[in-house]
Amino acid sequence: MTGAIVEPSRVGEVVEASTASFVAQCYELHQPPPLGSLVRTRAGSIMIYGIVFNARTGSIEPGRRPIARGQEEEEEADIFKSNPQLTKLLRTDFEAVVVGYRDELLHQYLPPAPGHIHSFVHLCEKKEVEEFSGRLDFLDIILGSKILLGVDELVGASLRYASGAHADPRAFLVEAGRALASSLGGDLHRLNSLLKRLK
Amino acid sequence: MTAENQLVPEKAELGGKRLGMVVEGSLSMGLKVRLDRSTFVEDMSVGRYVTIRGQKDYFLGMVTGIELGAADDRLASSPLDAADPFIVEAVAGSATYGLLHVTPQVKLGRRAIDLAEGAKPVKTVPAHFSAVWESSQRDIELVFGKEDERRFYLGTPLDMETQVCLDLVELTKRSNGVFGKSGTGKTFLTRLLLIGILQKGAAVNLVFDMHSEYGWEGRSETNYKVKGLKQLFPSKTAILTLDEESTRRRKVSPDGVVKIGYGEIEPEDIELLRQTLNLTEPSVQAVYQFSREFGRDGWLSGLLARRSEEETTGLLARLNVHESTYRNLLRGMERLRRLPFLVDEASHLPVQRIMEYLDRGVNVVLEFGRVTSPESYILVANMLTRRIHEQYVERTEKALGEGRQPPRPLVITLEEAHRFLSHEVAEQTIFGRIAREMRKYNVTLLVIDQRPSGIDEEVMSQLGTKITCLLDNERDIDCVLTGVAGKSELKGVLARLESKQQALIFGHAVPVPVVIRTREYGSADSYRGLGLAHGADAKRRLGEEAREVWEG
Repeated sequence: MTGAIVEPSRVGEVVEASTASFVAQCYELHQPPPLGSLVRTRAGSIMIYGIVFNARTGSIEPGRRPIARGQEEEEEADIFKSNPQLTKLLRTDFEAVVVGYRDELLHQYLPPAPGHIHSFVHLCEKKEVEEFSGRLDFLDIILGSKILLGVDELVGASLRYASGAHADPRAFLVEAGRALASSLGGDLHRLNSLLKRLK
Repeated sequence: MTAENQLVPEKAELGGKRLGMVVEGSLSMGLKVRLDRSTFVEDMSVGRYVTIRGQKDYFLGMVTGIELGAADDRLASSPLDAADPFIVEAVAGSATYGLLHVTPQVKLGRRAIDLAEGAKPVKTVPAHFSAVWESSQRDIELVFGKEDERRFYLGTPLDMETQVCLDLVELTKRSNGVFGKSGTGKTFLTRLLLIGILQKGAAVNLVFDMHSEYGWEGRSETNYKVKGLKQLFPSKTAILTLDEESTRRRKVSPDGVVKIGYGEIEPEDIELLRQTLNLTEPSVQAVYQFSREFGRDGWLSGLLARRSEEETTGLLARLNVHESTYRNLLRGMERLRRLPFLVDEASHLPVQRIMEYLDRGVNVVLEFGRVTSPESYILVANMLTRRIHEQYVERTEKALGEGRQPPRPLVITLEEAHRFLSHEVAEQTIFGRIAREMRKYNVTLLVIDQRPSGIDEEVMSQLGTKITCLLDNERDIDCVLTGVAGKSELKGVLARLESKQQALIFGHAVPVPVVIRTREYGSADSYRGLGLAHGADAKRRLGEEAREVWEG
């Protein structure tokens, strides 16, 4: 299934940054950008691009775990109505693996410096996704990244998402499949399972 | 940059299609070319020509093998989900790909100055990642030349419309061979070659036409009529026949009937027939004894003359010939006597008549009609050739001594060549000698055979150019390719020729081995293509020639 491009918007701000990835906190609880979507943030004059993975929601204090509150409530939404403070005690974060940056030009390799804390994070608009995924070198960055979540899952998700920005999503996926086959030609088992995720 | 050093336009500007790039190679083993994703492996075929664009030079190479490759050796054991067209489409050309084995044949320069020099031998290999393209018309022309007063267009390379031309002047400088199992188009090819030789005036032909298919109309495998030499070149061809009745029944009026007198058969002619006539070695020796007794032109009549038993015994005792030998010889000679074209005394010496034609530049086709027994073919071909060769030797030597023009080059076309050139007899027959002495005396052979392995190795190695249609017997293939560079690669090409209209040509008259689709022959268009008149045109031309004869 190909991804539907979400309306571009400001989704959060950077709370942790390194050269290869950054963590951002969402402004809205439970509303992280979709897995595999393309986001951008600023680091001075350059724009850093990341692919979203590993979104999670939890307590704002690492040591304090939320407790169950809905025993008396009819609907889940009623829990938040009865405890309006909850939206302030919980937070939704997501991580993004850095896949490129733009100074005057668009580059699909790591930026010279990491993103800045409190930089805003925007979900990219459709045209930007199309432009960025017009080249597929970023796949090798994801394939080589040391993230905890399955790398192949992320590759699949990012390509499904990007395909929605292209006029012919299938042709885009076939092209991406070929790029993957070039990179993973020596490991057909992995390639096979990855290609299955593209459909 | 001067005009000479200017690079010729990039291939893309010349049309054609990029096929892939060089990924591996050696001078001895040839190149490996990885096909581009856009090139479908099933569209490739062995025997076709490709141009390799090295960084400094172009190379023309022949595809000699096709292979499937995979980036992961485990493809066979852990296959991809091949039922899924998406996966197959994605991996084709990257994780799985096609490979061509290409043997570079010649080097073509890239600069304008190199182009003028033509093809050069390959002494290196193109660099890694050199692009491989379909050969363009220009590349092929650069190697094979255009049709001109020496070169004859014989066919097109596989999958191309370009013409492959054969330098007939070079071709006729040596003896050549046309091979192929039966029904693969040897006769068609030979017809084309004869027309070419005739048209370009490279030589004059003498054809021993065992099955009467070159002089007048023949039939193709699909049973449509194709024209013979006499119909196409009426004033330059003479049909002689050994079997007038058969020739006339086919509504052909021969230019002469060949009869051979007993007196013309010499002892040497019998030697070659030893096997065919079941003669023993002493019988062949006895022939010489008889010839001493009765003379070279009287020995056969003398041997066959009726005589009483006493006379016979006396004769045998005098000649020191054993009676069983005599009986054996007599039986053999009785078989000869049954040949319809042998007469007590021939009115015209056929050799003189043929020589007159050849001197005037008229090509001679000798039809055998129904007389197709091996003994008649061997006897006649050997007899006539030996005498014609003698005359050629004499004239060439005279011409050399007197500083005059040597006689016109002569090409003798010989079918079922293994009968004359087998290992056992090649030493003795005139054909073996002609094949070995090359064109010292301006006589060469065009041998046609379906079992080249039956031909003496030394003779095979002397054949300048070999044109071979499909062969499927391992020994035949080996034999044809003996001594050719890149033999093992060509072997694969030869064994995979189509059974019709395709031939591999290699040797003296072509700069590189090439597989051709033989040009069409037999349709009105094909005659026009050969620059020959057809139908009404032909009739008019015949009429004009007849008038010339009467009025001139």
